[in-house]
Amino acid sequence: MMMNPIKRMAWSVATLPLVLMGCAASEAPKTAAVQDAAPALARTLPGQQIVAMRRLTEAQYRNVIADVFGPDVVVAGRIEPIVRPVHEMIASGAAEASISPAGLDQFDAMGRNIAAQVFGEQRRAQFVPCAPKDEKVADAACAAKVLTPLGRYLFRRPMSPAEQAFFVKLAGDGAGPTGSFHKGLELALAAMLTSPRFLYIVETAEPDPAKPGELRLDAWSRAARLSFLLWNTTPNETLLKAAEAGKLTDQAQLSILAETMVASPRFEQGVRAFFADMLLFEKFDELSKDPVIYPYFNQDVVQALPEQMLRTITDHLVARRGDYRDLFTTQRTFMTRSLGGLYQVPVGRSAGWVPYEFAPGDDRAGLLGQAGFLALYSHSGRSSPTLRGRAVRELLMCEPVPNPPGNVNFTAVQETGNKAKPTARIRLLAHATDPSCSGCHKITDPIGLSLERFDGLGMARKTENAALIDASGEMDGKLFQGAIGLGKTMAESSSTTQCLSMRALSYATGRSGEDVSNYVEGLERKFAAGGYGIRALFSQIATMPEAYQVVTKPLAAPTHVSMLTQ
Amino acid sequence: MAFDLSRRTALKGMMNGAAVAVGVPLLDAFLDGNGTALAATGAQVPVRFGTWFWGLGVNPSRWFPDTAGANYDLKPELAPIKDYQSKISVLGNFNVILDGAPNLPHASGGPAIRTGRALTAERGLPGESFDVTIGDQIGTRTRFRSLDASAIGDPRNSLSGRGGGNLNPSETSAASLYTRIFGPGFKDPNSASFTPDPQVMARRSVLSGVTEQRQALEAAVGAADKQKLDQYFTSLRQLEKRLDVELTKPEPLQACVVPGAKPPEMTASGDIEAVIKNHEMMADMMVMALACDQTRVFNMMFNNGASSLTRIGSTITHHQLTHEEVLDNRLGYQPEATFFLTKIMEAWVYFIAALDKVQEGDRTLLDNTLILAHSETEFAKFHTIDNIPMMLAGRAGGRVKSGLYVDGAGTPVSRVGLSLQQIMGVSIDKWGSKSMETNKTISELIA
Repeated sequence: MMMNPIKRMAWSVATLPLVLMGCAASEAPKTAAVQDAAPALARTLPGQQIVAMRRLTEAQYRNVIADVFGPDVVVAGRIEPIVRPVHEMIASGAAEASISPAGLDQFDAMGRNIAAQVFGEQRRAQFVPCAPKDEKVADAACAAKVLTPLGRYLFRRPMSPAEQAFFVKLAGDGAGPTGSFHKGLELALAAMLTSPRFLYIVETAEPDPAKPGELRLDAWSRAARLSFLLWNTTPNETLLKAAEAGKLTDQAQLSILAETMVASPRFEQGVRAFFADMLLFEKFDELSKDPVIYPYFNQDVVQALPEQMLRTITDHLVARRGDYRDLFTTQRTFMTRSLGGLYQVPVGRSAGWVPYEFAPGDDRAGLLGQAGFLALYSHSGRSSPTLRGRAVRELLMCEPVPNPPGNVNFTAVQETGNKAKPTARIRLLAHATDPSCSGCHKITDPIGLSLERFDGLGMARKTENAALIDASGEMDGKLFQGAIGLGKTMAESSSTTQCLSMRALSYATGRSGEDVSNYVEGLERKFAAGGYGIRALFSQIATMPEAYQVVTKPLAAPTHVSMLTQ
Repeated sequence: MAFDLSRRTALKGMMNGAAVAVGVPLLDAFLDGNGTALAATGAQVPVRFGTWFWGLGVNPSRWFPDTAGANYDLKPELAPIKDYQSKISVLGNFNVILDGAPNLPHASGGPAIRTGRALTAERGLPGESFDVTIGDQIGTRTRFRSLDASAIGDPRNSLSGRGGGNLNPSETSAASLYTRIFGPGFKDPNSASFTPDPQVMARRSVLSGVTEQRQALEAAVGAADKQKLDQYFTSLRQLEKRLDVELTKPEPLQACVVPGAKPPEMTASGDIEAVIKNHEMMADMMVMALACDQTRVFNMMFNNGASSLTRIGSTITHHQLTHEEVLDNRLGYQPEATFFLTKIMEAWVYFIAALDKVQEGDRTLLDNTLILAHSETEFAKFHTIDNIPMMLAGRAGGRVKSGLYVDGAGTPVSRVGLSLQQIMGVSIDKWGSKSMETNKTISELIA
């Protein structure tokens, strides 16, 4: 089977599925049997239609709990992971994620644990503004005073009178058998934290006055959208009030709010969450290296690697208001003592992070020269130009690389210990001679080979098996040297910034890259006009009316092909 | 088949030949007389079901027996099961038919076995896995409908779920598995006293309250979100059932010995020795969860499909070895990759042995259980998915014959899933989709 060489992604016509078809004849994925539209029962939210339900991610869950109840409330437990659709954001997986029995079990246990902390003796004064008539029995009036504001924060909109009565009744039902007003509150709060209205960000729509017959997200959904997009947490009082006052459906007022939000220090938290999603940081959970080959690999390093990348990203983009393209060449980063060993640089402080700047001309430049990226896209005991090149193409340029066909004979790819083939470059030549392999490898390997002066953990090296490493690379016809050359080439490519625009829009809307691709070109122009600053991009997305339009066609599942370690 | 098969015509054997069993649910045939009563209480011993998964297949010529039937020959890679051969059947030559869907490396085989469908997108499952269907049948009266664990420590390492983008997450450490089973909410069945926990009673009423939100929500959603809500409320019902169980005094169980202490927390890693240790602790925990009747269904994953197992000092993983290691001309296989397979087979035997050590009346826990062990490829080097190695251990309380080599003769692998569900009492007469739809039970296995 021949592989088609990769095609440059054209944004107006989504070539994404075509590229994928290059290697495997895939039939269109079937959506599961879909039931008829919901029965025409009376709706709790008159005139409103639920148009999307996006499950909270683990980071969002933790942020919400910290913001509503205080950062000292412990969130103990594991949250069911959201499956990432291949080549997409977890944010778009969240729009499809259901909750399994084991997953709900975890949410239930965590919810009860949090509720017990909130209404435990230490903290209850903070949340209970009234004194119950008798601490041993139910008190509906006092319970309502406690639960109504909490419900508004947790459900991201005021509870309807029916909902309010419902949770107050739960608190009463709970107070009876436990003989405690506070236990009753605890049970009602646990029920809120287990409710689909909390675990899902429920997006509702209203008729769009500008486009008769069409729907747009309503004010409450916009508040949640803004808040989770820009701060990765639940809407605060300002946003909820703005929603109530109708400001979020007014373009001018929406812009003012979005500008304020991207200027806030909390924006960093949003940027972190976005890049952790875009760069597949969940893979760090599974990162393992052979400690015999990489003595610098340990738990401190594993935790520091993604953090170093995020610090570099947020320092450059948020604190310094840098150009996104320069992220691939910046010499600035941050170090811990344990990373100092890996990078072979002195770190004065024994704990915490210190800024560090590589010397001009040092090959350790830009995001791709960081050990986190280099280690993640390597094997457990050696580097991999193929994995690194593929990650650059797929994650940072949105150019999917096909998988090897299922029936490929790998016999040609072997003999890693052969002294006659000391370097990865020489070993990978084996692929070039096999046409069934070379088609795809030539779009990944020449990129990754420029990073070969960093080993499987990202430590600098000059030689492999005593042979000098040649770090020349090539991408789309452009020749360069080393990580810095790669960074410059990426900075010059329009794919790099278009990809970020698409990812950010997909992240905001929960739609697949293909579904948002029509808007990318326009967004990219605004991104460019804003000097490729992250604030410009995100405030644009937060205010563009297209992002709030409701897609009426059923979302087709994207075609999936995975990034398996090959 | 389009025409209606009445029970009678099917029983007359009008299907395609002798190896094909009846086309009706086998439920009735199994339920009488096969269970043994526990002397202490007179209660029936429950029958359990589980799966045990390993990644990257085998070297077929060194693993599969040559002779079908009982007393099959043990090739070198299957030799570790020697002591338990009479309790383990080997299933060979059952094929995965993809009907033009791509063979997604390491991803297509497992879901095909579990769902009888071809995977078209490399994520989730193309349909409900049979362990879930079986759990709905036999697991409704235990605290947990099923327990899932991954010895390699990845919660996404799972082949169990109701389809769509959702997999039942695996527990990743023996310590978390312990807490789940024997932590808060656990009632020792052999404890003399029983007091229903008032908190649990209150929670039970809270949960039924949450269920009341269902209609209001479902009235406002579109079809795709309704599916998610349905799954949510299905999960919620299971949680309610579990609380019901916790509020009921459990029957005493002789075999139940509550583990004394929580096992130490271990951080996950691909190191084979660590995974073996993790698996052993998880196996011990799983066995006691069954003996104490906390669950009747389990899924144990040893490693993952594209196995990230490593060996200290080796530069590459098990998965890479299967592709990159030279086929030794003299030996005829890949010795380094095969090292891992031997370890995996030993781990499987550990699991079986742990079940067999527990006595329940005149049978062992293994005898009262049915476990399908399988991989996701036949020969990993080439990602072949026909003839994926499978084993069936235990006798499901006397419902199946064991110690056989069954040659599937190239028939669809969905026959295995169909037979397992029928044996466990699921009322179906055909299963799978497209070319993998089948109504042909593997009759050799039926006792």
